[in-house]
Amino acid sequence: MPGPDKETDLTERIEAFLSDLKRGGSGTGPLRGSAETARETTALLRRITAQARWSSAGDLMEIIRKEGRRMTAAQPSETTVGNMIRRVLKIIREEYARSRGSSEETDQQESLHKLLTSGGLSEENFRQHFAALKANVIEAINELLTELEGTTDNIAMQALEHIHSNEVIMTIGRSRTVESFLKDAARKRKFHVIVAECAPFCQGHKMATSLSEAGIETTVIADAAIFAVMSRVNKVIIGTQTVLANGGLRAVNGTHTLALAAKHHSTPLIVCAPMFKLSPQFPNEEDTFHKFVSPHEVLPFTEGEILSKVNVHCPVFDYVPPELITLFISNIGGHAPSYIYRLMSELYHPEDHEL
Amino acid sequence: MADSGETGGPVKKDGIQQAKTEGKELTKEEKQRLRKEKKQQKKSKEKKDEKASQESEKEKKPVSSASPASQPPTQPITPKAPSAVPTLVPVPASETPAPADKPAKSKAEMKAERRARQEAERASKQGKKGEVGQQAAPGKPKAPPSELQPVVKRLPEHVQVDNPEVLKKLAKKLERQQIPLRSDYGYKVSLFSHLHQYSRKAPLTQQLSIPSTVIHPAIVRLGLQYSQGIVAGSNARSVALLHAFKQVIRDYTTPPNEELSRDLVNKLKPYISFLNQCRPLSASMGNAIKYIKKEISNIPSQCKEEEAKSKLLNCIDRYIDEKINLAAKAIAKSSIEKISDGDVILVYGCSSLVNHILCEAFEKNRKFRVIVVDSRPRLEGREALRRLVQRGISCTYVLISAVSYILPEVSKVFLGAHALLANGYVMSRVGTSQIALVAKAFNVPVLVCCETYKFCERVQTDSFVSNELDDPDDLIVTRKGKTQLEHWQEVPSLGLLNLVYDVTPPDFVDLVITDLGMIPCTSVPVVLRVKNVDQ
Repeated sequence: MPGPDKETDLTERIEAFLSDLKRGGSGTGPLRGSAETARETTALLRRITAQARWSSAGDLMEIIRKEGRRMTAAQPSETTVGNMIRRVLKIIREEYARSRGSSEETDQQESLHKLLTSGGLSEENFRQHFAALKANVIEAINELLTELEGTTDNIAMQALEHIHSNEVIMTIGRSRTVESFLKDAARKRKFHVIVAECAPFCQGHKMATSLSEAGIETTVIADAAIFAVMSRVNKVIIGTQTVLANGGLRAVNGTHTLALAAKHHSTPLIVCAPMFKLSPQFPNEEDTFHKFVSPHEVLPFTEGEILSKVNVHCPVFDYVPPELITLFISNIGGHAPSYIYRLMSELYHPEDHEL
Repeated sequence: MADSGETGGPVKKDGIQQAKTEGKELTKEEKQRLRKEKKQQKKSKEKKDEKASQESEKEKKPVSSASPASQPPTQPITPKAPSAVPTLVPVPASETPAPADKPAKSKAEMKAERRARQEAERASKQGKKGEVGQQAAPGKPKAPPSELQPVVKRLPEHVQVDNPEVLKKLAKKLERQQIPLRSDYGYKVSLFSHLHQYSRKAPLTQQLSIPSTVIHPAIVRLGLQYSQGIVAGSNARSVALLHAFKQVIRDYTTPPNEELSRDLVNKLKPYISFLNQCRPLSASMGNAIKYIKKEISNIPSQCKEEEAKSKLLNCIDRYIDEKINLAAKAIAKSSIEKISDGDVILVYGCSSLVNHILCEAFEKNRKFRVIVVDSRPRLEGREALRRLVQRGISCTYVLISAVSYILPEVSKVFLGAHALLANGYVMSRVGTSQIALVAKAFNVPVLVCCETYKFCERVQTDSFVSNELDDPDDLIVTRKGKTQLEHWQEVPSLGLLNLVYDVTPPDFVDLVITDLGMIPCTSVPVVLRVKNVDQ
């Protein structure tokens, strides 16, 4: 029977995805970029919409929320998963509202006037059944997928507006977005890139080899030399893992030092981040913000005797406050950090902030 | 006139002989001085020829009047070279009766004059030294305060690698001293093309063997230890240098007809060039060498060799004791006041002084814990970690990229220094300025511990103009079986930069703890001035 087969097939895929997420985060499995994760999540959500059993929008949203909670629990640091889920939930709300006939704009804005006149909580329970809802939602998710596929290129297209010739640009670690950004600019302009290697994973080495193969003058420096070299740098361009709701960043460790050094020398700090990295989280949650990996990256087991007597920390992420950031470049253009909250309200519905 | 010409003859020969024996020891500076004097004398000689040809009849009178005039200035000079001086004046006068012999005689005469003048100057210097016991170098702060110090000293060679003339001069000098020249390695980042970049795999002694007559084996060993990084850290390097020099002094014998004070200093010059080739000298080593040279030149000429040698050895021991060991004790004593119970102290890398302070504080039963921050590629922090853990201090270990994660826990930052510059900047291991920057952002006090013998008269505002480039291959790392940068030499646009030092601006540093007390960063030139006056 097609029904149960589809369902088991679906659950299998979901389980496979979850185990991939769990493995990927610990650093042992293949490291995936955030774009890939976002695409896979969205594809999986489309599959759920297509194959799962639901009759009304509310059911669908419940199913997606449940799966979403499981996915974010598998790898809390991988925020793109949660972001995509929230996007899809917003899509469902929009499609539902459109099917019901009410205009989109009034639904989105929760003005004081609306609160007073509507008299109590809004009774949106999404219980109505619309035949065309499934098709509409799937179409909208396809649009989202196309958008995701084009993000890196959209960001790279803006490169020439920000990089002039004979510049010295600094970056840290490895970001595929920044890599394509710089390679695109290198086709027309000549400039010099300094890459901080970002110990202990030393992702910067791979970035440097890839950039130099594209013909860009690259220099690799140790993390300790960031401040020493900063006085000759014209711009700092970095990628990030997540953009937080207040405009701050959760980026690879060492980025806060880089941002402070740039601020000291009044060097602009540009963050290349596609929209799917924008997350409604705030940095206050201390226990969930940081992620640690095995300390043997920092102090290997060959050190033996002192290992048992010493505490070793190996955090993966750094928090960068929004005051240190000059500009965000995303697939929809450039923004100041103070504008991020507005973008958030366009992408996600406030009720979806907590899955 | 013929008589004076003849008496001038044997004296001239003596002068030339003296010149020949001393010719080997003329340094570059003296040669340049000689060249300048030659030019000046050529000009003055032409003028004199004109005058002399006009006043050929009045020769005898000016000679007789000039010779007593020349004698009074030479009288206060100790009778070192009285024979050469009085022939100064009769010699030019004897030029005119023999115009045909002018070129040959005049050159010899001028050489003799120059020798005589040099002897006179040296004698006067030694005389002054013997009287007052102070170095009579020009431009010392004894001059009235309205006079400015002499302008810029010559730039050291190791920051002029991009200047081919300087490189040629260096190559010639090293050839003369029979020291092999070390060649640069790998692609140098354009910002640093004025600095050397050597590879550790190609040590200086690999290609050539250095005979022990040229360089003492203790110095060769020391140079290799420096270049391979076995002896690292400014205190360790200075102490090792001083011990090697003690060995050199013990094995030294004065050759006949030589003075210990001058010959030993000249012997040390090729050693210093060799050590410079192995690894550029640090500021503390530079100060130690200056001290030794001064002590050697201060040895009076009548001192017996054994006595002089034991005196020098005692001087060196005293220097090590005072400037390094006792200074460490004094600094530890003042720093312990700054460490309170419950403190969380952050240290960076391996500074012998900071480790000493922490161990002393732990002995005095202060309760604190230490966070050791380390950085690639040297990973010196592991050494500091071992030493502290052995004493029983509870430690945490992180890499420098995690410093903004760990800093909210920290109450104080203790940093060591390689040198303190005269404009208040702290020159230290690369990464120190970063730690000071982040500590400032989190409002954590930064204390720098530094002995006064590391204070240096140089000024610097950034880490580019004067730095050291280490072996770029150190940055290569193999993770999970893959070495990303293995073939970096083959990729033309890829460069690796391995800096050794950086400078921390004084506004990041809250306090400098020295053996003279606790001073702010901006008081460094005051200390330098006080030190110069004392010396």
